[in-house]
Amino acid sequence: MQYLLMIYRNEQEFMAMGQAEMTAMMQEYTEFTKSIIQGGQFKAGDRLKPVATASTVRVRNGKTLITDGPFAETREQLGGYYLVEAKNLDEALAIAARIPGARQGSIEVRPIWVPGA
Amino acid sequence: MVSVEAAVEEVFRREAGRVLATLIRLLGDFDLAEEARQDAFAAALEQWPHRGFPSNPCAWLIRTGRNKAIDRIRRDIVFREKIVDRETASAEADAAGGEPEGADESFGDDRLRLIFTCCHPALNREAQIALTLREVCGLTTQSVARAFLVSEDTMAQRLVRAKRKIREAGIPYETPEPSMLAERLEGVLAVVYGVFTEGYAATVGEELTNAELCAEAIRLGRLLDALLPDDAAILGLLALMLLHDARRPARVSSAGNVVLLDQQDRSLWNQSLIDEGLKLIERSLRMPQHVSHFAVEAAIAALHVRAADKSSTDWPQIVGLYEVLLRLHPTPVVELNHAAAVSMVDGPARALDLVDSLAARGEVSDYHLLHAARGNLLARLGRQCEAREAYTAALAFAKLDPERRLLISRIDELGDAPGREDSCGTSTVRTAKGDFTSPSSTSDQFASALPARRSLQ
Repeated sequence: MQYLLMIYRNEQEFMAMGQAEMTAMMQEYTEFTKSIIQGGQFKAGDRLKPVATASTVRVRNGKTLITDGPFAETREQLGGYYLVEAKNLDEALAIAARIPGARQGSIEVRPIWVPGA
Repeated sequence: MVSVEAAVEEVFRREAGRVLATLIRLLGDFDLAEEARQDAFAAALEQWPHRGFPSNPCAWLIRTGRNKAIDRIRRDIVFREKIVDRETASAEADAAGGEPEGADESFGDDRLRLIFTCCHPALNREAQIALTLREVCGLTTQSVARAFLVSEDTMAQRLVRAKRKIREAGIPYETPEPSMLAERLEGVLAVVYGVFTEGYAATVGEELTNAELCAEAIRLGRLLDALLPDDAAILGLLALMLLHDARRPARVSSAGNVVLLDQQDRSLWNQSLIDEGLKLIERSLRMPQHVSHFAVEAAIAALHVRAADKSSTDWPQIVGLYEVLLRLHPTPVVELNHAAAVSMVDGPARALDLVDSLAARGEVSDYHLLHAARGNLLARLGRQCEAREAYTAALAFAKLDPERRLLISRIDELGDAPGREDSCGTSTVRTAKGDFTSPSSTSDQFASALPARRSLQ
């Protein structure tokens, strides 16, 4: 099965990290990504730009409404994701627990919809 | 002479759980497995009385159930071929039919798989408990619904949603890997204890206890002990449940009222359960693994049942054990029970400080026993008016009728508060212990720790 692992964290706290801390975390991310590529579980994964760069689009009665910022104000924001192949939820959860961001924020694990299954 | 039908029923009752667990593994689907088991039982009722019992009834039921399910899948394929892709459907049939014979070798493993699946942490606690009672214990949806005072429809919906999540989120039908086993087992034991607690003292309703839930929880504990022998936590939990359950007949009066520990008729206690519980604690504590918090709680329960009466209870040792528990498994309920025990050693003033600091954190401000404990301590300090307020607060949160009656009688015993009703002002501290509330009124309510229920963990 495929799972989307969504990395949520408090963006302000994330941005307030010192240079050394940030470098160390990026190094951890690089190593983690390498390990799941080698393990054959990696399908895709990216870090997102800050929520300040976000726009939200809604279409209502045929009219497109565009607003600044993310859809909802929450304490944690989506900061990146991995798309992985795992044999079941336990394997996906174990991968999610290894994402460096899991120690500060949280990882939402969602199975990918398979049409007709 | 037992009739053939009765003998067949007896086999069903005994084997239902094992048959279902293995069919779920073979078929990979809860609902299909339940239908297959029904089909197999129906076939057995039809065939066994004439052809005689098979040499291995359980294997017969599994084989028959699997074949019936394959028939169902094939019929379904014929139907679905016309509509959707046949590839998936025939793969399903292959998967179901391709399992080698001798599947009965792994009965135990299958039941363990089923327990871990039903108690998977990706399901919410309510769903875990409902699924475990329905699928592992084999209770009907109706009786699970009755035990938790929800409508049968609500419970059926809860079960449907849980099974859908198992299927769609890919919750595995597997015993967790060794590295995860201890952590996951802790979750399973929390479910078992959750079932027991609801039986020991229901959350709402008219009856204090529910013997069926207590019995099912103990049955689950014994099953886990058989499947994962010599586990300190399982032995500890089983001991704890047996020691609590041993007192059940004495905890409710014939009128359905709460009987507190010091007033219980000890001849009603089940001595053989107590003896078994005591042996299990010793075994649990001898295991090389970490000390289980369940074993420590069981040791506390043991000190209560071994004391000849309330005055000979070894309170200092109980306080010590609660302090161990506060390190192993700190929860607001453990803190509250610790305070109740402290009141018996250092007096109610010291205990009240502990309860007040717990109350100040606000995590459990809607927990009736927190307020009841304050009421008890305040009354013993001679602060009647505040005690009355505390008991009244407890009453506002208590939903179980026998507990409500007990609180009302406490309030009545306190009599009318002197002076103004709306404010207690500065109270006169009486040095003598209040003689109207028994000190051990805390014992039954608090020393027999209420566990992981609701948000208390």
